[in-house]
Amino acid sequence: MRRAVAGPEIERLIQLLARLPGLGPRSARRAALHLVKRREDLMEPLAAAIADAHEKISICSVCGNVDTRDPCTVCADPSRDPSILVVVENVADLWALERAGVVTGKYHVLGGTLSPLDGIGPEQLNLSGIIGRVKGSSIKEVVLALNATVDGQTTAHYITDLLRETGVKVTRLAYGVPVGGELDYLDEGTLSAAIRSRTPF
Amino acid sequence: MEWTDEGIVLGVRRHGEAHTLLELMTAKHGRHLGLVRGGISSKLRPILQPGNSVRAVWRARLDAHLGAFTVEGMQLRAERLMLSAIASYGIHTLAALLRLLPERDPHQDIYHALAEIADHLDDPDCAAALIVRFELMLLAELGFGLDLSECAGTGATEDLTYVSPKTGRAVSREAGEPWKDQLLRLPAFLLRDCGHSAADVAAGFKLTGFFLARHVFEPRGIAMPEARAALIATVTRGAIAA
Repeated sequence: MRRAVAGPEIERLIQLLARLPGLGPRSARRAALHLVKRREDLMEPLAAAIADAHEKISICSVCGNVDTRDPCTVCADPSRDPSILVVVENVADLWALERAGVVTGKYHVLGGTLSPLDGIGPEQLNLSGIIGRVKGSSIKEVVLALNATVDGQTTAHYITDLLRETGVKVTRLAYGVPVGGELDYLDEGTLSAAIRSRTPF
Repeated sequence: MEWTDEGIVLGVRRHGEAHTLLELMTAKHGRHLGLVRGGISSKLRPILQPGNSVRAVWRARLDAHLGAFTVEGMQLRAERLMLSAIASYGIHTLAALLRLLPERDPHQDIYHALAEIADHLDDPDCAAALIVRFELMLLAELGFGLDLSECAGTGATEDLTYVSPKTGRAVSREAGEPWKDQLLRLPAFLLRDCGHSAADVAAGFKLTGFFLARHVFEPRGIAMPEARAALIATVTRGAIAA
């Protein structure tokens, strides 16, 4: 039987850190040791930040984003174009688009995509909110920024069907060669999509 | 334990941070699940999409284990399929129907039919009709096949227009006339190769849906796949638009 090398408090810290994405037991042990070494200037502020975030974090009642205020910072921003609604799968995708700084409109977070194998059907997604937001509002275009996977695009088709009666313009992201991508390394599906979606140059 | 087989991807579920759980319909080993190490990598993700054909090597220490797949793409259809609503709903419908079959139980005819349908799923003229035929085939594979060879009442083999919901046997137009409101319509494309309208396809789905619900979904306490309803709605809407 493996003998504990530290007290239960530190062991528990290591176990919890090991649950984080990208960290295994070994790297969790290193992170814990680092925190222990820098108790005052890192561990304490980190613990306070986690406690504070835990207390204040809420899901935006408008778009489904995660923030410490409701409506979230994005929804409350008056400089955003209210005529464009970008539908994303999860908060990570919203953050990715915000990092790129290319979206001027507002967002709607679905909370996943339709996936029978994972038991995710339309009821498990934030779909009804889209209809409510589009109907009787100034939204003129809904951009379906969903993953280029069969599950993602099935969800996109489903949303398109839901929005059909509203008459709003529905668009999706383009498929093709990524920036820095070399054709030799691309899969056949991406190459085929890129050729099909070629544009005048 | 180790085997190599070809298969069609039915679904993928993330397993941990880097791996995926792959569900394949294989030619010789039936519906089979296995772990794909590094399945979320940019190299494997385009291959592990529903509808794609792959060559898979399955390895496990014991036959009862989940085991691990090593896959290589053979025919990548996903890019075509996800552009079409009928194809997207279609592949999810087919995957949901195939989950009615027991795991690791070979069904070679079903596999070959699936491969044939997957090639034509993005063809709006025939995709839905092929799925109706597939549902009939699946009913037979599950032991609830319909007898569409002759009229249950008269033995006639011509002008078969209805199916009895009680027996699952065909009924001719003449014999079924007095009870036509209680009988299910039998579209002609299920009897012979001929053209079909969206109304015929919808009637076909109603027919197979009735028997699938009665013999398979309801006894097992599971709901009809959402994708199937979306597929039927898309086919019907296409007919109205036309």
